[in-house]
Parts: sequence; structure tokens; C-alpha cells
Amino acid sequence: MTSSSSESESADSHPRPRAIVAGHGTFPEGIITAVNQISGCGDVFLPISNSGLSGSDIESTLREASADIRVFFTDLPGGSATLAVRRLMRTDSRIVLVTGANLATLLEFVFQPDTDPCEAAKKSAEKGRAAIVAYGGE
Amino acid sequence: MPIALTRIDDRLIHGQVVVGWGQPLNIGFVVLVDENVACCDWEQDLYRMGVPPEMQIIFADVATAIRDYQGYASDPRRGIIVVPDIATMKRLVDGIPNIKDVNVGGIHHRAGRIQKLRYVFLAPDEELELRSIADKGVRVTAQDVPAARVVPVAEILGPPPAEIKSA
Repeated sequence: MTSSSSESESADSHPRPRAIVAGHGTFPEGIITAVNQISGCGDVFLPISNSGLSGSDIESTLREASADIRVFFTDLPGGSATLAVRRLMRTDSRIVLVTGANLATLLEFVFQPDTDPCEAAKKSAEKGRAAIVAYGGE
Repeated sequence: MPIALTRIDDRLIHGQVVVGWGQPLNIGFVVLVDENVACCDWEQDLYRMGVPPEMQIIFADVATAIRDYQGYASDPRRGIIVVPDIATMKRLVDGIPNIKDVNVGGIHHRAGRIQKLRYVFLAPDEELELRSIADKGVRVTAQDVPAARVVPVAEILGPPPAEIKSA
């Protein structure tokens, strides 16, 4: 029983990722670090960088990593990670892709743990969009 | 206006091209020369979503690109031509003598290729093709983004085989 309880706690402390963050350079790891600093929930995301990968390799890497994940956040609408996810969507209509993801986007996602991930992703996109504001300059 | 960049990049349309080069060069259009994309509406839709609304994307196979090159070059907007591999660029250069500069922007790892730069991996036959492009008098350099160092073809490939033998 004790062993079973420990395994359960261990599993809870390391939840399976609910979404993939993909993009350029260290953007995925970096923004997930920021999510973790604020929420302690960085484990919600799996980071995948496009660095050093061809377009087809990005696609295959994302395909392998996304066996049971349907939500993708990417950094740039025209980026190679975004195009690779769009290719995955061609054969899996359940996938939800949010491009231009920022910290507000990802935080909104982690604070919806009980919402269906695809629905949570769509709400997160709205939150992230609203978080971009320019002040001053007059 | 002369084509601002004639680039080999196996990712074709992506951040480095659209933003990294596109913004500082004030690019108005991109010509994507790829036989597979030119005949596939779905592929074209995919790449079309990768460029901002103010940037036109033109899809062409090699023959069409050769035929229409003067039109691209006389467009008042600045343009980029991007191809997926060295073989396609070789065909383009063979058909368009006005191409004087070729940018190697990204040829990534796959089986049989050897790393030359962080973002350039070449198979032996690709090395020969790239050298043959340079031998036509085309200035071949590698540079993934504008702020990066321009790497001349001799540095990418090393000395020609004949020089290695005689050394």
C-alpha cells in the first residue's frame, strides 16, 4: 500500500504534459521556465526546439512527441514549427494549434487543469492576444 | 529591382526567411521554386499562411521560374527566390545567367550528409553540385541570417579535390 501511495504521489508530482511548446532556439524551454517560475506548473508543457532540424525532421519529431498530445503552442505564425504542426493537422483534425504564444497564453492554459485541453487552448489564445498592449510614446 | 536574395533553404518559408531576411530587406514577394509545391494546392496553402499579408508568395516549378525570372527582377518590389536544395538551384542557375549570387541558408542533417557549418550539411554529390555552381562564376556564400558572418564557398567546401591531390 505504501509503495502504491508513493507511486501515486510520484506520478502526481510529475504529470504527463498536456501540450507541446515548439519554436525557435531556446524559446520553448525558456518560456516554460518562466511558466514554472510563476505557476510551478511547467511540467504541463513539453518543449521542442526546431534548432538544427530540417522541415521534415521537425515534423517527425513533433509527430513522435505528440502521440497522445493534441495541443500545440508555437512562437511564430510563419515559423517552421508552425508549418510542421499544420502538416500534422492534415491527418489529425483533433489537433489544436495556437501560434504567437506568449507567457500569458501559457499561464492561462496551466490554470485550466480540469478543462478539456483543446478548449483550454482556445481560451488561452484569447488571453494571450489581450495581453499584448503598447503604452506610452506620446 | 534586382532579386535581393537567391537562397537554398530546405525549410523554404519559415522565420529566418520571412522575418529574419524579409523585414530588414523590406521584401515584397517571395518566389518559392519547388517542383513538389508547385503542383500541390495543399502545400501552397500551407506556405501561404506562413507569410504576412503584405508579402506576396509566388509558386513556380523550375521551368516557370526560368521563364518568369525577368519579370521577378523587374518588379519594383524587392524579392527573394528560395529553393529547397542544391540540385534545384543548379538547374535555376543553369537557366538564368543573371543569377550572380547564391545564398546557402539552411541544409540540415540527414543520412549521408557531413556537417560543414552549424546549418549546412552536405552529401558528396551536393558538394560537387555546389562547386559547379561556383565554377560558373556565381558568388556562393553561406549565411543563415543577415547578422551572421558571410562564409565563402571555399570555406564551406575546402579546397577543390585537385588541390588536395597536388598538396
